[in-house]
Amino acid sequence: MSHHIVEIKELQHTYQDGTFALRGVSFTIHHGESVAIVGANGAGKSTLLMHLNGFLAPTAGTVRIGNIPLTKKTLPEVRRTVGMVFQDPDDQLFMPTVYEDVAFGPYNLGLPKDEVDARVEQSLQIVGVEHLKNKPPYRLSNGEKRRVAIASILSMAPDILVMDEPTTGLDPFARRRLIRLMHEFHHTKIITSHDLDMVLDLCERTIVLHEGRVKADGPTLEIFADAALLAECRLEKPLSMQGCPICGSKKRPE
Amino acid sequence: MAKSSTTFLDFNYLDTLASRNTCISHLDARAKVFVTIIFVITTVSFGKYEVSSLLPLFLFPAVMISLGELPCLYLAKKLLLLLPFAFFVGIFNPLFDTEALLQAGPLVISGGWISFFSIMVRFTLTVGAALILIATTGFGDVCMALEKLGLPQVFAVQLLFLHRYIFVLAEEGTRMLRARELRSFGNRGKELKVFGNIVGHLLLRTWERAQRIHTAMLCRGFRGEFHFMRPLKAGKPEAVFIFGWMAFLILCRIINVPAFIGGIFKEVLR
Repeated sequence: MSHHIVEIKELQHTYQDGTFALRGVSFTIHHGESVAIVGANGAGKSTLLMHLNGFLAPTAGTVRIGNIPLTKKTLPEVRRTVGMVFQDPDDQLFMPTVYEDVAFGPYNLGLPKDEVDARVEQSLQIVGVEHLKNKPPYRLSNGEKRRVAIASILSMAPDILVMDEPTTGLDPFARRRLIRLMHEFHHTKIITSHDLDMVLDLCERTIVLHEGRVKADGPTLEIFADAALLAECRLEKPLSMQGCPICGSKKRPE
Repeated sequence: MAKSSTTFLDFNYLDTLASRNTCISHLDARAKVFVTIIFVITTVSFGKYEVSSLLPLFLFPAVMISLGELPCLYLAKKLLLLLPFAFFVGIFNPLFDTEALLQAGPLVISGGWISFFSIMVRFTLTVGAALILIATTGFGDVCMALEKLGLPQVFAVQLLFLHRYIFVLAEEGTRMLRARELRSFGNRGKELKVFGNIVGHLLLRTWERAQRIHTAMLCRGFRGEFHFMRPLKAGKPEAVFIFGWMAFLILCRIINVPAFIGGIFKEVLR
């Protein structure tokens, strides 16, 4: 299937206060691709993500998800197709218990109770948090919250997973677990992050945004090898691509 | 500051209490909410000079605390924290209402003092009952039961969101206050103006968070309706619970039990 495409053409967005956030962004993402969107603070990453789900309307340009143009009419279908995991899981987990939160989406899709139950169980199992089922979200650790937030999206069976800074605020172990988990997803993935090592692990393609424009778009390794480009976009090589601080060896540890 | 926020907003611990295994926590939430509402209505329906006829009502919290295995001291502390509100509501009564109602030897007690005590007793009963309800049922279940009992869903959801985000808000507020504390010396930096700024800032942040939450809800197909999934069961224990307490409350409302018992003693002694 190749119809799960994200196609963005000449997307522009200007906020009400006159700030230019996006100044003509274009790219196409194909089915099953794992793409990172990186850039400095204020480069337009979050604004771009908000367009993928129709929360912001483009000032100019078009967004097509899975071959349907994003309009007011197609919004429900697009929102089912694009599952968005927010940066702060507290914003996403608003129901009294983990179970009800994960069931929120499927219920709104109008699924019968058995199907909702099955989907919730399955999603909780995939992210490994079945034991937290009856807990209120505010009693979870940050890592657990993040996993539950992902489960609450998976339960809607989206085709495209969009994640905003998925590893911020996680300890190294929780971060590693999350990366391993995301490796297992065969969805089309769009990830924004400053954690370039994670990007290196997860995404074969990277789009670099700079001042509201696409500065570079290509294989992750190639982009991260271009020190001049990274410096210009206020980025740095991922740690794993930098030399060893003690022996100076450039070899990437495996 | 951190301390006051944790003691005041300790719903967390009340919820933990509710998740234990006791015969009260097993009852359907609707039954407990219903009885508590009737209890509160009964308590406030007594005349303003009634004190003695209110006393038998203490049986309700006493039974609920012992069957629900609740920590008495903890609940008492919570009550004490809220008591000043009732105190200031009632404290002017003795000043305005000076007519003598009761005389015990040289001690004359005015109507104002009696109504003041009546307010304090009522406050203890009603707020105590509400705390006990949450400690045996859990806040989420109370909201859901209220919705099932006819409260419009908008209000039930408001309450749930309040409960969900009050911790987040308190944490944010505590962090801001701590940041101020760390950079203020002596009385400098502690002016009311700074406090106003903090509150304003907190409001704006809350606003932004509310928008993000709404976005998250829309993301998952929210169309204005919530689906709660709690197994509801109304059986024999619930019926016994409701009718038992109803009978007791009606009895207390019709007969002044302490006066009645006193009357019997008087008869016997005579």
